[in-house]
Amino acid sequence: MGRSVTIGQYYPADSPIHRLDPRVKLLGTLVFLVTVFFIKNIDSFVLATAFLVLVIVLSRVPFRLMLKGMRAILAILVLTFVLSIFTVPGQPLAHLGALTITREGLRTALYMCMRLFYLVTGASIMTLTTTPAKLTDGMEKGLRFLRVFHVPVHEIAMMMSIALRFIPILMDELDRIMKAQKARGADFQSGGLITRVKGLIPILVPLFVSAVRKAEDLANAMEARCYHGGEGRTRMKPLVYGKRDAAAYLLLAIYTAAVILLGIFPLSAKL
Amino acid sequence: MNIIRLENVSYDYDAGLPFAAHALKDINLDIEEGSIVGLIGSTGSGKSTLLQQMNGLLRPTAGKVYFRGEDIAGRRSGAGNICAQVGMVFQYPENQLFGEDIVSDVMFGPLNIGCSKKEAWERAAAALKMLGIGEEDFRKSPFELSGGQRRRAAIAGIIAMDPQVLLLDEPMAGLDAQGQKELLDTIMSIRRKRKMTVIWSSHSMDDMACYVQRLLVMHEGRIVRDGTPAQVFEDADYLESIGLGIPQAEAIVRALKAAGADVETDALTIGQAADRIEEACRRARTQKEGA
Repeated sequence: MGRSVTIGQYYPADSPIHRLDPRVKLLGTLVFLVTVFFIKNIDSFVLATAFLVLVIVLSRVPFRLMLKGMRAILAILVLTFVLSIFTVPGQPLAHLGALTITREGLRTALYMCMRLFYLVTGASIMTLTTTPAKLTDGMEKGLRFLRVFHVPVHEIAMMMSIALRFIPILMDELDRIMKAQKARGADFQSGGLITRVKGLIPILVPLFVSAVRKAEDLANAMEARCYHGGEGRTRMKPLVYGKRDAAAYLLLAIYTAAVILLGIFPLSAKL
Repeated sequence: MNIIRLENVSYDYDAGLPFAAHALKDINLDIEEGSIVGLIGSTGSGKSTLLQQMNGLLRPTAGKVYFRGEDIAGRRSGAGNICAQVGMVFQYPENQLFGEDIVSDVMFGPLNIGCSKKEAWERAAAALKMLGIGEEDFRKSPFELSGGQRRRAAIAGIIAMDPQVLLLDEPMAGLDAQGQKELLDTIMSIRRKRKMTVIWSSHSMDDMACYVQRLLVMHEGRIVRDGTPAQVFEDADYLESIGLGIPQAEAIVRALKAAGADVETDALTIGQAADRIEEACRRARTQKEGA
């Protein structure tokens, strides 16, 4: 069951997107997520789609894998769609009992779902093409300026990378424990709410015990290697911007400007 | 009579994904009732996956698994659950303990398969005693016990369900030599008392040589050897080529033979090796006297 989680999963491949500096990908993702909210007409929508498709094709990650992550937000997508299609007032299109579907409602619903879809896809491209280690490296270096404000950037980055590293480990552990309890006849599917919550105890207790033990082991292993925080710590593979990264930043800047401009001054007739 | 039968069983992890891995490839296997079967293979060869097919924890991607002639894919949870008949002890089973005290943890399995509280308690008490945990420890928290005792308590949790088949996935891993021997002897005596069929995966060739009647060798998701330990260990070169070894006793007599001694190389246990060496010495002596 743990294997169905796509968010945070890395897909190993050798692509231009994989080779980009993690800082580019972090900032790029952030900027893309912001531009998604500037999509207000068909022109900017087409442009954002083209940009997303370009990145997906360049990344060489199978699209199916990204769609898999979509299952997690399917319920949110449907709810958003249903809510906005019925609640936005405007020119009526059809009647469904007491409910009315309006032209504006349909438009809002479609745009909202598209935005959610693009948000999740955009974020998953980043995690699919960047190892957690690189991601936190990029975050640490990219946010270094915050140290001026006494933000413990290194510590936060370290905590994040450990947390990310532990997700698959704990997923495996969860899988093992669930199987072990199933082998003792435990049933996690049937029964009422209270029965089901009670049924979680045989899973959660061993999982927490194991998480605490693993954390302790890790702390010992880090101390044994003289880890004492970020002060004076050097990198085995320092992050250095290359030509590719400059090109990516340029493309990103052009894209952002174009989306915002198209959002304000559409070329085609208003939809 | 066959108690478990696998027909053309294949299993893929992450079926349909780019990183799909074939864990089992076209396995055909009959397990005779009451037998004790060993399973060896290097890490990742599919031992655990194979065991999990036998009690329905994993469903084969292709093929069928039968328990007493009945397709276990049809079994569902509850009292008719296959896990009541086919018990499985996972690697490091002590990690699955969760009860407030030992005895309530062991009662978890019997209660799940529909025993009354009283019956579950009786079964738990009997199982714990069989595994050498005294009544004075019943009310202790699992975390107050030593590692070896915790493992015994966890195994008792399976034995209390009174399974007809016991699947053991590297039950000795991480125990000291003394603890391993004691636990093995305990399991073997329970097996005799309850007439259980045991299928047992291990990395210890010595244990396999001493205890099992039939030995299966797995390599990359297939069963590549199937026979008595003597038959399997005969082909030491092949075992080595797939990352396995042979029992120490066999290795000793083979080394002696390679060094020029006139010794038979069919020794599985230390006792047999001693016999073979003694025979060889006697032969050498008579030869010398004859000369």
